[in-house]
Amino acid sequence: MRLLTHNMLSCNIKGVTNGFPLRLEVEKFVEKEVEFNSDFLKNMFVKIEWKALVNAARSMGYEELPEEADSSMLDSDEFLKKFHHALLELHLEEGALICPETGRRFPVNKGIPNMLLHEDEV
Amino acid sequence: MSSRPELQAPPEIFYNDAEARKYTSSSRITEIQAKLSERALELLALPNDDMPRLLLDIGCGSGLSGETLSENGHHWIGLDISQSMLNVALEREVEGDLLLSDMGQGLGFRDGVIDGAISISAVQQWLCNADKSCHNPRLRLKAFFGSLYRCLARGARAVLQVYPENIAQRELILGFAMRAGFAGGVVVDFPHSSKSRKEYLVLTCGPPSISTAVPNGKGEDEESCSDDESSGDEENQTVSISDRHRPRKKQKIGKKGRGREWVLKKKEQMRRKGNVVPPDTKYTARKRKDRF
Repeated sequence: MRLLTHNMLSCNIKGVTNGFPLRLEVEKFVEKEVEFNSDFLKNMFVKIEWKALVNAARSMGYEELPEEADSSMLDSDEFLKKFHHALLELHLEEGALICPETGRRFPVNKGIPNMLLHEDEV
Repeated sequence: MSSRPELQAPPEIFYNDAEARKYTSSSRITEIQAKLSERALELLALPNDDMPRLLLDIGCGSGLSGETLSENGHHWIGLDISQSMLNVALEREVEGDLLLSDMGQGLGFRDGVIDGAISISAVQQWLCNADKSCHNPRLRLKAFFGSLYRCLARGARAVLQVYPENIAQRELILGFAMRAGFAGGVVVDFPHSSKSRKEYLVLTCGPPSISTAVPNGKGEDEESCSDDESSGDEENQTVSISDRHRPRKKQKIGKKGRGREWVLKKKEQMRRKGNVVPPDTKYTARKRKDRF
C-alpha cells in the first residue's frame, strides 16, 4: 500500500467522527520505483493532508519532507522529487493501521490492508 | 442451479482460490472485462488533458479492470472482499493499491478526494443479497452510495456496470443512488441484443446540470449490434418471456464442415490461452483426399 492510499483512508467504524489519519505500525516496507509525473503531483497536492503524509513517511524512516508545505513550493523540482518518493514509492508491506479514535487494528498483509469490519462496527 | 454467481454463495466464499484462478485465466472473461472497463472509463468522461487521476475500482477482483486504468495512465485504488482474488491480483503485479474491504459496509475514504469510480459487475451482484443474518440489502446499498458520494470530488462521476435481475432491482439500486445525492441514470449499450446488452449506471456527484446529462448508449439506433452478432436479435425487438426458456440453438454446420476461417479462429484462441498449437500452413483445415 502506498502512502497515497494511506492518506485517503479513514476509519469508517460506526460512530467514529475523526477516523483520520490512521496510525501506521510498520513491520516491513519496500520501495518501488514509479514514473515521475509532476502534473499528477500538483493535482494531488491540494487533496493531500500534508501533516499525515509527513508523519507516515517518518514512520518508514524517510525524513526529507519539510514540516510545512504550500503550493508555492510546487515549482521546485527538488521538492517534487521528495513528494513523489514519499507519496508513490514507499509501500507498506507488513504491519497494521490503527484507528486514532478507537485504537482498532487493521492488519496489513502482503501490502493489502484488511479493512473488513465486524458485525457490531457497521 | 442458476448461472449467476451471486445466487450460489457470498463473494468471499464463491471466489475461493480455484475459482479466482479460473476467472482470471479465462481468455473470454479477460476480454469481456477489458472491454467493459474500457467503456466504463469512456463513460467517466474525465477531462481530456492527459492528467493522471486517482480512481477507485470497486470490486476490483484480480485487477483485470484496473489494468485498463493503468494502461490509460491513471492511479487507482482497488477494493474487493475476496482475499483469493486479491492474491491473484498480487501475483499479476497490478499497479494499483489493493484493499480488502466490503463495499456494503461503506467505503472508508476521506471526503472529496477521489476523481472517479468504476465498478464492473459487482454492485448489484454482491450488494442486493442478504448473505448473512446481519445483512440488509437496503442498509448496505445506503451505506455504499452514501460513502461513495462523500469520497468523490464534486462533479466527479461513478460508472457502475450492472446486470440487474429484474426491473425492481434496477429501480432499487437507482433509488438509493438518487437518495444519496447522485444525479444521472442508466446507459444501455446494445439494448436490442440479449447477448451483448450491457447496462451502466452513470452517476454524477452534485446537483443535475448540463454536464450531468446521461450519455447515449451504443447500438441504440441503426448502429449494428456488434461485429459478431447475428442480425436475428435486432429483428424481433420484443422478446417474450417464454422465449427465454427455449433451448439454445445449436450452431449449424453446413455440408462443407466448419471451414478454414473457423479453424484459424479456434487456433488463435488456443494460442492466446497458451496452449501449444501447430503453425498455420496452407494445409490447415484442408480436406483429406477421398480414397473411396
